[in-house]
Amino acid sequence: MYAPGHSGCPGCGPSTTLIQVTDLLGKDIIVVNATGCMEITSTLYPQSAWRVPYIHSLFENAPAVASGVAAALKAQGNDHTKVVAIGGDGSTYDIGFGSLSGMLERGDDVLYVCYDNELYANTGVQKSSATPYGAATTTTPSGKVHHGKETNRKSIVEIAAAHGIPYAASASISFIADLKMKLNKAAKMHGPRFIAVSAPCCLGAGFDGGITMKVARLQVQSRMWQLYEIEGGRLKINFKPNPPKPVDEYLSLQKRFKHLTTEEIAEIQRRTDANWERLMTLEKAWLEPAATTPKA
Amino acid sequence: MPEQKTCLGTSALADAAVSCGVQVCACYPITPTTGLTAGLAKHYANGKIPQYITVESEFSAISALVGASATGTRTFTTTGGQGLLLMHEVLFSASGMRLPIVMAVGNRAVSSPLNVWNDEQDTISQRDSGWIQFYAESNQEAVDFMPIAFKTAEKTLLPVMVCLDGHYLTHAVEPIEIPTREEVDKFLPPFNPKIKLDSENPVSLGVYAAPPHYQNFREDLAADLDASLKTIMKYGEEYSKYTKRDYSPIEEYQSKDADCVFVSMGCMTGNVKAAIDDLRAKGEKVGVVRIRVLRPFPRELLAKALAGKVVGVIERAISPGAVPPIYAEISEAAPDAKVVSSFHGALGGRELSRKEVLRIYETLKKGKKVNEWITQDTDALKRAETALEE
Repeated sequence: MYAPGHSGCPGCGPSTTLIQVTDLLGKDIIVVNATGCMEITSTLYPQSAWRVPYIHSLFENAPAVASGVAAALKAQGNDHTKVVAIGGDGSTYDIGFGSLSGMLERGDDVLYVCYDNELYANTGVQKSSATPYGAATTTTPSGKVHHGKETNRKSIVEIAAAHGIPYAASASISFIADLKMKLNKAAKMHGPRFIAVSAPCCLGAGFDGGITMKVARLQVQSRMWQLYEIEGGRLKINFKPNPPKPVDEYLSLQKRFKHLTTEEIAEIQRRTDANWERLMTLEKAWLEPAATTPKA
Repeated sequence: MPEQKTCLGTSALADAAVSCGVQVCACYPITPTTGLTAGLAKHYANGKIPQYITVESEFSAISALVGASATGTRTFTTTGGQGLLLMHEVLFSASGMRLPIVMAVGNRAVSSPLNVWNDEQDTISQRDSGWIQFYAESNQEAVDFMPIAFKTAEKTLLPVMVCLDGHYLTHAVEPIEIPTREEVDKFLPPFNPKIKLDSENPVSLGVYAAPPHYQNFREDLAADLDASLKTIMKYGEEYSKYTKRDYSPIEEYQSKDADCVFVSMGCMTGNVKAAIDDLRAKGEKVGVVRIRVLRPFPRELLAKALAGKVVGVIERAISPGAVPPIYAEISEAAPDAKVVSSFHGALGGRELSRKEVLRIYETLKKGKKVNEWITQDTDALKRAETALEE
């Protein structure tokens, strides 16, 4: 449903996400896209890579446009066409965050897919709030005083889930079976559903387009990106790398981390481990709700 | 004969939206149109509007309507002042995608300083957004504009703003004829666009157009907006058969034989007309031309109406750093006017009193070109202070 001939870079992670999403969801969908790489590389007039109905309005309003499409379908008595909103991390975590929160809170019947490459690729590699600690971008460069991004990324899946929506999950283009399982599950549900798919950008992160999948896989194996689902108030980690790879194995493949000192890499390892322990604790707490729920 | 109801302007517009068969609304509360936002929600609660989206901002209100209109439903929203400015970016997206959204704007001043009262700086600052703009003098006219707005929008594939002055109209209670759904149905056919988001017939909307193509889209939009004047006139004439009221792009009041002619817009024209009646009684040859349709700008009609006249443009908007916007456009459109002067102000709820119109007339009559602020006479100031205390 996403035709070859789009102008994404060789080895583009986000384009892979779109191919998976559209192939799995089929013809009876309406795609609402936000401004970004996946917009300009798919619809350069007079061509379009979309074999399904598609609309793009602006950078920060895809969730609201999708709400409108869903409402219109309801008004028309259409109960079969699925609405799929797509945005990069810049659109999802930053500029369209209010719009996303509104859509999730309203319970609108929209499946939102964020392709997360941890930066603004379209404008030439700037920091987004998905950019991990330590990464250099053109707005968080490595200099004599500052060494790349100095804060952690947002935990967007948990934020989405905190709206009390039926389904929120994280996935990766390098774990296709897991991604497909999650898309399938979400497609069968109604109401707002949110999936963040890690989709590395070879150009922005600084690695050869031939190793995109390797980089994406190492990100999960090093636990710098975690595969999990939050459903019915319970968090489930879908993949627990054992033993995990050291973060350095993932970082060292990318130019954006080249400036890091040994101490800074150790700090990233420490933060990664702490976040993993936090998620494990959440999983444990939510898998055993009876232990903390007093009897009526 | 439509039913007459004594109600607020906002309430009448909510009823008119139902009569126009609106399918999807998305609204965010803001003074002075909160009453309309709530009125539409009430109609949704009673099943008279199929879908109503309680968005988290005006930006999302108009964005949601972009999606709903592109999917082929009739859409409506309302805002004013800051809310309209927040919509600014989306207004261009909506007109660029040729989506026939209709929006009622309760005209309100813009921050800073914060002010919730009336002027027309909000909509006038959006005049280049590719939307048709109607300006009502009364709530009756605003209600009458609704079916005309939808029919024009859906025929030309251009979005329409129905502008009514905040507070002066939105909060005024008066008897208004509101057509029923059956009555509007005779005039307004169902919305059935050829191109829409439909999985049976996939299209891509809102594409990326590079330098070889972008300007072509803008040229089409500009040409179609110009051409929409004829459509507006045609549907206005058609609708006036039901109401016996006129909807020409300009209203000419006592202006044909006049030496001095005011140009005005919106509800302040009421006071201008009252002052003209006083002056006419004294034998002064003075009239007013009221702009009903600001976009598309009725240049030729204005040129004809103002030829040979001493013209005074009264407007509730400014363009800091340049001459006021409507004055600039009238000066360009009416080269055969004797002289065109500008009187601008009455901003942020400051009234244009009848006394002030008479003072302006004394200046205008001298036939010299002036460019000055509308002033506040002591009586008007007293009235404003008393109203605040109350």
